[in-house]
Amino acid sequence: MTYKYVGKSVPRIDKDKVLGGAEFAFDFEIPGMLWAKLVGSPYPHARIVSIDYSEALRVPGVVRVFTGDDFPFKVGLYAADRDVLARGKTLYYGQPVAGIVAETLQAAEEAAEKIVIEYEPLPYSLSVEESLSPDAPIIHEEMSKYKHAVFIYPKPGTNIAHHTKVRKGNAEKVLKDADVVVEKTYRLPLLTHYYLEPWTGVARVRSEGTVEVWSSHQSPFAVRELLSKSLNIPMHKLVVHHLYTGGGFGGKAGLLLEHIPILFSMKLGGRPVKLRLTARENFFFMAQRAGYVLKMKTGATKDGRIIAHWGEYYLDAGAYADYTVNMARAIGLTATGPYEIPNVHVDSYAVYTNKVPTTAFRGFTMQELHTAFESQIDELAHELGVDPVEFRAKNLFVPGKSLTAIGERLKEDAGDPLTPVLEVNKILSNVGIGPRKDKPWVIRSKGIAAFWKGPFQPSSAASSAIVKVNEDGSVDILVGTGEMGQGTITALTQIVAEELGIPPKKIRVSPHRQTDMVPYTWQTVGSRGLFSESMSLLMACEDLKEQIKEAASIAFTVNKDMIEVRDGKACVVGEPWHCIPIEKLAIGYMNEKGVTVGGPLIGRGYYVPPRNVLTDPETGQVMEEGHLAPFYTFGAGGVEVEINLLTGEIKVITAATVLDTPEVNPGLAEGQVIGGAVMGINIALREEIKYDVRREFKGIYPDGMLLNPCLTGYIVARAGDIPKKFEWKFLGVKQKDAPYGAKGIAELTMIPWPAAIANAIYNAIGVRITDLPLSPERVIAEIKKQKPELLEKAMEYLRINLKGGDNEH
Amino acid sequence: MKDVEITLTVNGEKKKVRVSPKESLLHVLRDKLHYISVKANCYRGECGICTVLMNGFPVKSCQVLAVETDDADIVTVEGLSKNGEPSLIQKAFIEKFGFQCGFCTPAFILAGHYIVENMPDATDEEIKEVLNGIVCRCTGYKQIIDAIKLALQWKKEGKS
Repeated sequence: MTYKYVGKSVPRIDKDKVLGGAEFAFDFEIPGMLWAKLVGSPYPHARIVSIDYSEALRVPGVVRVFTGDDFPFKVGLYAADRDVLARGKTLYYGQPVAGIVAETLQAAEEAAEKIVIEYEPLPYSLSVEESLSPDAPIIHEEMSKYKHAVFIYPKPGTNIAHHTKVRKGNAEKVLKDADVVVEKTYRLPLLTHYYLEPWTGVARVRSEGTVEVWSSHQSPFAVRELLSKSLNIPMHKLVVHHLYTGGGFGGKAGLLLEHIPILFSMKLGGRPVKLRLTARENFFFMAQRAGYVLKMKTGATKDGRIIAHWGEYYLDAGAYADYTVNMARAIGLTATGPYEIPNVHVDSYAVYTNKVPTTAFRGFTMQELHTAFESQIDELAHELGVDPVEFRAKNLFVPGKSLTAIGERLKEDAGDPLTPVLEVNKILSNVGIGPRKDKPWVIRSKGIAAFWKGPFQPSSAASSAIVKVNEDGSVDILVGTGEMGQGTITALTQIVAEELGIPPKKIRVSPHRQTDMVPYTWQTVGSRGLFSESMSLLMACEDLKEQIKEAASIAFTVNKDMIEVRDGKACVVGEPWHCIPIEKLAIGYMNEKGVTVGGPLIGRGYYVPPRNVLTDPETGQVMEEGHLAPFYTFGAGGVEVEINLLTGEIKVITAATVLDTPEVNPGLAEGQVIGGAVMGINIALREEIKYDVRREFKGIYPDGMLLNPCLTGYIVARAGDIPKKFEWKFLGVKQKDAPYGAKGIAELTMIPWPAAIANAIYNAIGVRITDLPLSPERVIAEIKKQKPELLEKAMEYLRINLKGGDNEH
Repeated sequence: MKDVEITLTVNGEKKKVRVSPKESLLHVLRDKLHYISVKANCYRGECGICTVLMNGFPVKSCQVLAVETDDADIVTVEGLSKNGEPSLIQKAFIEKFGFQCGFCTPAFILAGHYIVENMPDATDEEIKEVLNGIVCRCTGYKQIIDAIKLALQWKKEGKS
């Protein structure tokens, strides 16, 4: 069945971004507003001996200087582990220690230079290994006093912020019977989201006591909940405003910095305070993506079945664990990727270190898991001497039959794990593996990776929506989800247009949210926005149509079930000449005598994932045969690459993505596919937050400093870096209880690339690289270690080639 | 050093501003004249999202001293549409989904406008070279490049 609006490339409704005038928190100002500036710690772990800000107060325009003692309580997302401003000691290089508020940003900046803080350095840890060693410095000495969520299990007296266990069958015993076992450790660095709008927030307290904040975030209701809990403000006295958000990628989903301008404003008689970070400050004051150490042992039998998987997954959480504790849970519970494995034994941990705090990142551990697991899968296939595609086909989930690592039985219509793998393989079928004729030191290759993901959310994660018909027949949609670039608000107009039979241009969703004026939704994360809000809107449209039928049945004096709603009209079934446009019913139906029946048309709907359940704390198994998520999207990615043996440079020529779901808007979907691929490939090749983990630069850089807080040190993809060719395909496999069958895609598009590229390198030269990024230095070092003869051969090719060049003269 | 008064034209309007010698064009445009389409991120010439057109050429406004812009002609996205009618490049960005979060978009539109006005036969590689100075984290650039190519094609076809 084809639809009129769903599945079409309806143009984005947020055109003001192109025409000028789009407003972000970054741009937001209130008359009389003050500016805040934060001062960061120059030590990774140190006692604060004294703070002298007398000189700072003398700078003209400075209103107040705050220090940790002004705010004697902790804040946090799943565990309240964070100081507002450091109290007693600092836990990472760059941690905010003092805050200045001034009449102008310039005055605040000038004053920041004049604060003198004396520290007494403490021993510090820059890695999971250091933090877990017996003589590790304990970073959170008062962990036992922290309030935390019920599903988080910290270990006071250690640096472990959380531990998740998954137990299914008996993996340790069965691994001994396996014909082949692949055992590897994968290391992934910390990353930054590098959204383009640095975090910004403006707060004020109204004279009657309502706290208002305008800030750059993904999820207005999550911000409200966290602030309400952390600062003890009742929700009806706390209004969170969402403007356009300049990118999030998970980095604007956890506890952000709203509490800082709010607390400053509270202490300054409610005057508006703005805190706007620079890109450099954003590296230090905002949470980044965790680092990973993933230890895996996976075993298979000669007939190509994976029989057991053992894992220890460590997340380098930095000084504050924000979302990372729950991510340790996510990567544990989805421990085996999209494969059915009868025996699983996995422990996953979030570990504190003296690095920047960490949080969610697009994919919520699924790129990281698949980077390791899809390498394991390829390795097993090579060890067994079978084709990696066939090996995958034999072990991928079969919806309706398979049990996941946590004992969840996938629904019959959960999706299609296999076809994407076959399709990607087909797209790349013409790519040969071997040296280029013109430059034999450049090797062409290809590699693939399968993936799956669902939104990792509380079983109760709700959303709701309202649809209002205006007096002229146009429609307003009210939802609580945030618009940060993904295009949800455009797609939602398509859903409602289809339901009511009116063109999308007659429908509006404001990009702005105000928590006291739009209905609740849990969060804009996990690729759940379009899915959850659409489900709510389908119910809201049903509700609305019932109201329209009711009013029309009075107008035509027929039974309600004799009325149908289509093309923006209510008609008597079988009598198309008896129709009434919905605008005539918008605020009630008035008959020729002036009698009005009914009232304003307001449809209301909600969505709560059916039968989503908690997991057992000891085994990680789902309770009561329920589900972890309302949908899972399946897919595969593949790359054609060139490996330069002389420079170690990897170039991706083609990136191919296949997803099982239908698309709601091909133009928007293309944006997600390409944007996800470019980000994912760049993470594979270039991205890394650098610390001097091996203390090589001691005495050269400050101890424990984040070394590359800028775009010249942290490499983000540019236009010239993207693959020559993109291929993509949506298979259109529908889930029954999904809006028009469609599932989320935004994070999925980023998952497969590091594994696909690592597999391509192995396919070409037999070198397995387990650590990211796959930088030229690392590629050369690994070739030297694993296949040194290749480098000599490449040099020889070059010599021959240069000679050949000479002969031409 | 003392503040000086400069006169510059922004989107066709003459503006007199008092500036300090160390002040950037970015600061003047955003904070003094309130052209909020001029965005900022790194303030050090790395990200390019504060790009505006100065005497027809794309410049990173954080790297231009305000005093250098005395008598200069500046164009921001607010100045591209004529009588409420979007320019070719703006229409093409909408048609090709060349934007997502929108924070870098004004910079890319101005760079695209420069290409459309000055490089009628630009190849993909030449377009990428112009765009390399500006960072986008959402789109992966393809739809931005597609939009610029569409605007070039429209221009050739005489569409306005």
